Amino acid sequence: MTGETTELSLPSRIDTVATAAAAVAEFVGRSGISDDAAFGIDMAVREAVTNAVLHGNRQDEDKTVDIILKSSPDAVEISVHDQGPGFNPEKVPDPTAQENILKASGRGIFFMRSFMDEVDWSIRPGGGTTVRMLKRR
Amino acid sequence: MAELNINERQAGDVTVLDMSGKITIGEGSVALRTAIRRLLEEGKKRILLNLAGVGYIDSSGIGELVSSYTAINKEGGQLKLLNLTQKLQDLLTITKLLTVFDVYESEAEALNSFK
Repeated sequence: MTGETTELSLPSRIDTVATAAAAVAEFVGRSGISDDAAFGIDMAVREAVTNAVLHGNRQDEDKTVDIILKSSPDAVEISVHDQGPGFNPEKVPDPTAQENILKASGRGIFFMRSFMDEVDWSIRPGGGTTVRMLKRR
Repeated sequence: MAELNINERQAGDVTVLDMSGKITIGEGSVALRTAIRRLLEEGKKRILLNLAGVGYIDSSGIGELVSSYTAINKEGGQLKLLNLTQKLQDLLTITKLLTVFDVYESEAEALNSFK
């Protein structure tokens, strides 16, 4: 495969997480990436879409979560865009710090960074936040 | 079919929850929370989660395990984990939660540890 791009636009609901994960699994399956890498992508996409639905769009169904999937001979890249105000990822507490270990939430970004080779956030000029995640082959 | 199936059985004074499916945001996490709350209301505070059939968990599911652990501890009870899949064990390792949870591979050993 030389390259493929797919775009999805999904409602800001909790069940969108599973819908997105299924679509990404199908895309990743076609891309021929390893099972281990596919597992990591699945984990990261679920966390990114969860964040977009809950924290970005705050489950406002008038707002969509837009996902772009790209595969190339070198990598699979996934971008998840919400319409929220954005946040500073550097200010997210480390969930593995002693004082945070028993917290019930706050591990999503940690998982995204753990399972992907590159993760970065940007604010779009028209509004909203995009997280871009890359997994090399 | 439900995202997470939970079967409850009693082994002496320990309640074993045999779980299969996914513990993910939404239905799976809520099912675990509901089951633990109900057990605590019934005064069942020694709980062993058999996770052999749980093939997938996300950060919400991990958070629910932590919430269950702290809720049960607060009531003076104990929550222990049995039969983690390799992937779940890896997730608990990177989140440093493997140092928090009491984890067993043998049910007999797990049950004995409550005594």
